[in-house]
Amino acid sequence: MELKDFMQNFAAQFDETAPSEFTPTTEFKKLAEWSSILALSVIAMADEEYNVQVKGDDIRNSGTIEDLYNIVKSRM
Amino acid sequence: MAYLEIKNVRIAGFSAAVPEKVIENNSLSLFNEDEAASFIATTGVERRHVANEFLVSDLCYEACERMIKDLNWQKEDIDALILVTQGPDYILPATACILQNRLGLSQECYSMDISLGCSGWVYGLSVASGLLSSGSMKKALLLAGDTTHATSPEDKSSYPLFGTAGTVTALEFKEGAEGFKYHFATDGSGYEAIIIPDGGFRNQFSEKSLEVVEIEPGIKRSRLQLVLNGMDVFAFGISKAPQTVNKLIEKYNLNKDEIDYFVFHQANKYMNERIRKKLGIDPGKHPYSLKNFGNTSSASIPLTILTELKDAVTQGKHTFICCGFGVGLSWGSVWFETDKIVCSDVVEI
Repeated sequence: MELKDFMQNFAAQFDETAPSEFTPTTEFKKLAEWSSILALSVIAMADEEYNVQVKGDDIRNSGTIEDLYNIVKSRM
Repeated sequence: MAYLEIKNVRIAGFSAAVPEKVIENNSLSLFNEDEAASFIATTGVERRHVANEFLVSDLCYEACERMIKDLNWQKEDIDALILVTQGPDYILPATACILQNRLGLSQECYSMDISLGCSGWVYGLSVASGLLSSGSMKKALLLAGDTTHATSPEDKSSYPLFGTAGTVTALEFKEGAEGFKYHFATDGSGYEAIIIPDGGFRNQFSEKSLEVVEIEPGIKRSRLQLVLNGMDVFAFGISKAPQTVNKLIEKYNLNKDEIDYFVFHQANKYMNERIRKKLGIDPGKHPYSLKNFGNTSSASIPLTILTELKDAVTQGKHTFICCGFGVGLSWGSVWFETDKIVCSDVVEI
């Protein structure tokens, strides 16, 4: 799994945030569009694309997209 | 591997009882207007039957009386009474024992409670069908239901989701009946994902148990009330529900296209739709009762069959795969066939 692909899959869950906003160091929970439903959408993306179970604490403990990528990668 | 096949038992009928009182989610003071619309769109829950003056035992009692009458069964012929609930009348004795007497059933009756929630109907069905399969016992009532007593009215993550219902699934021994095929699974490492922390023997009731704490804006509860970790439950559900259904299909070489209905625990529409799509199930084969009843825990599968499929299942033969998943964490699935079963009108009390 490449970070670039993960970022694309992550960004695809958002409707209103510009693609340029997504970088490895983006603090995703500070994005205006971030919501509890988007959290579920990201969990579903990890399940469907990578067959990895992301839990609530993983989201809560991740600051950046790369933090979450590292969690998903470590479980593959 | 937790597979089980039970033969010579059939479902004879379904009944249910709910409180007459209905709470509309778009009128809750917990939500502003936008939040209510968003919640309803996401969960599919518009309204719920809720009234704390009724316990699960009260609802199941009414549903049992109706079921026995509609089936024209004699009470002395009922050999087993199984109650699946997380809301017993007392810590002890088992509520099923109280109901045996209240219903006027014979003392020659196998009665017990099973402490499970959203997966519970599947597990209860395995116990009840297993008891009947040898033919020594001929008739059983499987009761399943929960109330919202332990849900904080100030918790918008759980209160607007759950509804109250008590259901009855009537089972009988029938030589040659195809019976039931099951798969079960458990992951107790997730026990804190859905929990009432205090009031049992691990964390006994104390003054601190009553303290209402603000967890985050819109979520206030005490330690005697339900904690629902939505993200963990979602991650669990979208992974394990499709997994158990696929295991069942593979183990018993079932043809998915030949299954008439897939009735799954009614968690919330967002999660259930993910599960349905992952399994490639046609929406027409996957009914919901969420809109008018909410998430009714162990009652949700029989309540959905009763309210959404009544016209179909009272006529002809139909095949089902049902799947329960939730608190425990516990999950399981079952295949069965119905043939002109009796479906009582839902009782409102």
